[in-house]
Amino acid sequence: MLTNEHIKQKLVEKFGDQVGNFSEPYALLTFEAPKELNLKVLNFLYDDPELKFKFLTTLCAVHYPEQKGRELAVVYHLHNLEDNVRLRFKIFTDINQPDVYTATGLFSAANWLERESYDFYGVNFVGHPNLKRILNVDEMDYFPMRKEYPLEDSTRIDKDDEMFGRGGTLGYGTEKTTHGTIAEEEKDDQGKPVL
Amino acid sequence: MSTIAEPHIRLPEGSIEKTTTTLNLGPTHPATHGVFQNIIELDGERIVSAEQTIGYIHRAFEKIAERRPLYQITPLTDRLNYCSSPINNMGWHTTCEKLLGIKIPKRVDYLRIIIMELARIGDHLICNSIVGVDSGAYTGFLYLMQYRELIYEIWEEVCGSRLTTNIGRIGGFERNFNDIAFQKLDKFLKEYPRVLKEFENLFVRNRIFMDRTIGVGPISAERALNYGFTGPNLRAAGVDFDVRVHNPYCSYEDFDFKVPVGTTGDCYDRFLVREEEMWQSLSLIEQAYQKVQEFKGAEADVYHADVPEYYLPPKEDVYTKMEALIWHFKIIMGEINMPAGEVYHSVEGGNGELGFYLISDGGRSPYRLHFRRPCFIYYQAFEEMVKGQMLSDAIILMSSLNLIAGEMDS
Repeated sequence: MLTNEHIKQKLVEKFGDQVGNFSEPYALLTFEAPKELNLKVLNFLYDDPELKFKFLTTLCAVHYPEQKGRELAVVYHLHNLEDNVRLRFKIFTDINQPDVYTATGLFSAANWLERESYDFYGVNFVGHPNLKRILNVDEMDYFPMRKEYPLEDSTRIDKDDEMFGRGGTLGYGTEKTTHGTIAEEEKDDQGKPVL
Repeated sequence: MSTIAEPHIRLPEGSIEKTTTTLNLGPTHPATHGVFQNIIELDGERIVSAEQTIGYIHRAFEKIAERRPLYQITPLTDRLNYCSSPINNMGWHTTCEKLLGIKIPKRVDYLRIIIMELARIGDHLICNSIVGVDSGAYTGFLYLMQYRELIYEIWEEVCGSRLTTNIGRIGGFERNFNDIAFQKLDKFLKEYPRVLKEFENLFVRNRIFMDRTIGVGPISAERALNYGFTGPNLRAAGVDFDVRVHNPYCSYEDFDFKVPVGTTGDCYDRFLVREEEMWQSLSLIEQAYQKVQEFKGAEADVYHADVPEYYLPPKEDVYTKMEALIWHFKIIMGEINMPAGEVYHSVEGGNGELGFYLISDGGRSPYRLHFRRPCFIYYQAFEEMVKGQMLSDAIILMSSLNLIAGEMDS
């Protein structure tokens, strides 16, 4: 039986205090390493005859704007299918220099997952064969999942977005509709609603 | 098989024309069954290379989820793999329940299994009959469609909607199954096996179908694993990985079922694996139905766990009881903070491991929510699988992989 404790021991044995922050939220072993070591750690987890983490379940990025110098995280979820053990491995990088080595050499599955992380968070995967946007349009010039782009306030009324039932010539909530019981708005002499 | 070194088209000496043809398949091609594009380079009818472009229906669910309370994220999950939305819904509910540490009554688990396995049948039924359509056999599709209709009617009885179901709540179901739901389920269990058998007779040993699918788009177990395949597509390649068995959720460990595997990972194997999974799902539904009927007394009416912070109280209580009114208000206004922590949970979706990675900072909505969409991950392998095959094989391969644009684009 491959236990979390044993995996932790093996990692510490190999990488010393470079791997750290071990925890087990909901029984899933979680740890982190410096970003320069990500491939070494992944390779070790992959090749070690006992560990055999050969399946990349998923890979995603997270943005923590308040952590200076380590704003972006890349999170790998790995699975040892033989012993049915999962683990979570994190690396952190500075948002001003978000260079991280690509895992595509090890896992073909990482290709699009890394492109997705690049697309939404701007993580620059060094050595990736085709690092370009995947879900967003190529012309986009920002990374939309970063926290500095908050979702629009759905109650704002200053936007002309008539096609989606908001704003337009009459203002919010006064869409031209005949199947509701919306009361006639008070209008000024130009026909604009009085707010 | 012809090789690329020997082109079909021979041009006169000194010509600068290309010897290959570029074909745009999609984004709105009827054969892609979804909005995605394939730029295929053809040598005659042989595929030299393919480049997939996706993202045409990207709806930023992960971003939207960062401002929604948990219960409002369920409708987003509907729109991932919309052929089996209840599995996505249940996957999301079980993720939340894992984060919140909610214990679910057995009866709810079994009812969920009935719904999820119906969804799996609905998903595989569409996939397999579409493989038939793409190889020129329309009949099976039209015939099986009646039973997807019946599945939808059962869902309609349970939750009120059909395709994007938003079925269930955190903690259970919003209401108990009514008699009509069970009657329809009886009808389904009685009639579907015969229909499925007939469908199989039409395809499984059909010479034309076999010729069109055997050896088409194969993938080895090793490559499939490296590409992150899960679900029927991985099992067709010969790996017996199934989340229901490996990381049981919703009491799947109480049930007896087989995990079918294939050998070559070609379209024919994928078809057979999905067929067998439908039989297994039928057996699972029967077992679960049996177990549901065994509950006696007060237990027989349990349809949700007792979690007032997340489960909406019945409307009549909201109007008459203070406590219920308070909870109702708090839930609807999204005023409930969830515990901080991070959780990864996955369920066996129609296409494979559907995972939810939820990071909570103790606020009202997730700090980060990542969906592991199986379809997005395995579609990468398309180019490798289709190289050297005929154009018509690419079409069958696409339907046989069960590519769902909603799931790919999130």
